[in-house]
Amino acid sequence: MIVTAIAFYVFAAIAIAAGFMVIAARNPVHSVLFLILTFFNAAALFILMGAEFIALILVIVYVGAVAVLFLFVVMMLDIDFVQLRQGALQYLPVGALLGLVLVLELALVGASWVITPDAVAAAASPVPAAADNITNTRALGQVIYTQYMYLFQASGLILLVAMIGAIVLTLRHRPDIKRQVIAHQIGRKRSEGVEYKDVKPGQGL
Amino acid sequence: MENANLIPAFGPAIPEIVLAGGAMLLLMYGVFRKVSPTAHVAYGTVILFIITAFLVAGQGTLTGTTFSGLFTVDPYTRFVKLLILLGASVAVIMSLTFIRREGMDRFEFPVLIALATVGMMMMVSAASFMSLYMGLELQSLAIYVIAAFHRDNAKSSEAGLKYFVLGALSSGLLLYGCSLVYGYTGALDFVKVAAAISADHQTLGLIFGLVFILAALAFKISAVPFHMWTPDVYEGAPTPVTAFLAGAPKVAALALTMRVLFTAFPAIAPEWNQIIVFVSIASMVLGSFAAIGQNNIKRLMAYSSIGHMGFALVGVAAGSVEGVQGVLIYLSIYVIMNAGVFCCILAMRRNGQQIETINDLAGLSRSQPLFAFFFSMLMFSLAGIPPLAGFFAKFYVFIAAVQAGLYPLAVIGVVASVVGAFYYLRVIKLIYFDEPAPVFEGPMPRELSVVLTLSGLFTMFFFIYPAPLLAGAQFAAAALVP
Repeated sequence: MIVTAIAFYVFAAIAIAAGFMVIAARNPVHSVLFLILTFFNAAALFILMGAEFIALILVIVYVGAVAVLFLFVVMMLDIDFVQLRQGALQYLPVGALLGLVLVLELALVGASWVITPDAVAAAASPVPAAADNITNTRALGQVIYTQYMYLFQASGLILLVAMIGAIVLTLRHRPDIKRQVIAHQIGRKRSEGVEYKDVKPGQGL
Repeated sequence: MENANLIPAFGPAIPEIVLAGGAMLLLMYGVFRKVSPTAHVAYGTVILFIITAFLVAGQGTLTGTTFSGLFTVDPYTRFVKLLILLGASVAVIMSLTFIRREGMDRFEFPVLIALATVGMMMMVSAASFMSLYMGLELQSLAIYVIAAFHRDNAKSSEAGLKYFVLGALSSGLLLYGCSLVYGYTGALDFVKVAAAISADHQTLGLIFGLVFILAALAFKISAVPFHMWTPDVYEGAPTPVTAFLAGAPKVAALALTMRVLFTAFPAIAPEWNQIIVFVSIASMVLGSFAAIGQNNIKRLMAYSSIGHMGFALVGVAAGSVEGVQGVLIYLSIYVIMNAGVFCCILAMRRNGQQIETINDLAGLSRSQPLFAFFFSMLMFSLAGIPPLAGFFAKFYVFIAAVQAGLYPLAVIGVVASVVGAFYYLRVIKLIYFDEPAPVFEGPMPRELSVVLTLSGLFTMFFFIYPAPLLAGAQFAAAALVP
């Protein structure tokens, strides 16, 4: 148990520190790298709680795709982040107030958790019984791909319609655009590409 | 869990699966065929609708739910699905010439109509608030896109955007309503919601949820007071899209409304009944009065459709088997009349442009007598003049209302239909008695004249042999109302 506790505090501390560094780092690229570190630590916390599927999804989706996308966007955009951050101090009181409100609300939620023991049971009810020995991945699969398979397929159709709609309403074929036709490139003759010029000495073209 | 239990029964959903798969195949065909695939894809879509209709009809008397109680089929869903497929195929056929002439020649158009139809069939078969929402969104999203399909036309883009923003708002209302119902009954399946309500007395929160859900559904069928989008969207959208919008989606939404009310909330019928009565009266009255000042024929048809939805809701308010039967007959006749009228509107062209004001119809009887005759018959039918089909549509819902003891509703309905007759008759007066406006160009495209003739003949001769429709609607209604 002591190992779990130590691991929890290590991961949690690093996650908070990295989260702070995301907003504190001067270089935006460093910010994104700290964001990735935060995601990794959050994933480790999920594993400690026994939610291995969510942990891996977090790593694959957020670290693998979203964070890398952020990194590209930050590197591509030519924004002077230092200038953006200059007025940060004057927003501090409002920010601190918002933070305080959030902390109070969190405390209220925690208090209601303690006062009504039913809440824990109600929140835990969709989880399959431990005796069934069903892993997280399998439990999620049973819900999404078996019980609600119909809705899953329907969502797929809706996304297909959204995709067709976006293409139909915005895509315009431009006739003047130049496209690479490899056959034309290969089929080019020397006579089409090279021209002989008889250059007189001392005169130039 | 056994593996056999993991795989749900696909049998009841085969028509939807075939239609969705077919739509995707047509999409692929359109993408990979380089030269003008639109006509092929459109004909393919119509054939796909016919195949699906046969599959739906081929289910015979199959009744049951599948996909963990999310999807249900019974005679009621089959009747409505056949009607939706009819409306959708007619809309695709009517669009053939129009999209070529108006520079909207893109193969996605019929594919989107097919996907919207899948959504409507899912709505009709919904047995839970979740599947209801998914079907509704699939249908709406596809229709938002085709409303804005004429993207170089400001009015069409405006129609699409308006419909999208207001539709998103109504989806929000629907979801809020569903969450309240879930919160107060602990269930999303219609049957379980009904059981939870009858077990203990209803709560205020539940009524709130019901009101939100009804508001969202009233938006979809464009019933007053959620009708504001209708005239603008009907006017701005390309005409075949308007024809589609006025037909199949309304059938699906009204069928869904009845399914929700009769399956999920039978225990609080007095609560929803007064809402339906109010919405019905407001729609009938506004539909009749507001149409009088309209000069654009598409706006006129928008108000006409608001009024017609009001008349159909009279049958819902009756809350009996006869009432539902009346609504189903009403919707069937309405879809067919509507197709004919929009064929006429699509044929109004002069100097290579569509024209839309009703004054352009002046003196049509002298230049194109047959066209004028069918148009007038359809207008008489929409007004509800016997012995045309439109009269019987109104007759059955009013009879159901009288049998249910809703005399005031029936009287207001008859008065509203008399007021409404004014603007239909005005169009006929323009066609037959006014000085001729310049002649419309060319002969009517063949597919339009076929649809118009069939619709006109049905409207005129329905009274000779109405038995099949009456029997089908009664069989369907008996499956819905316990």
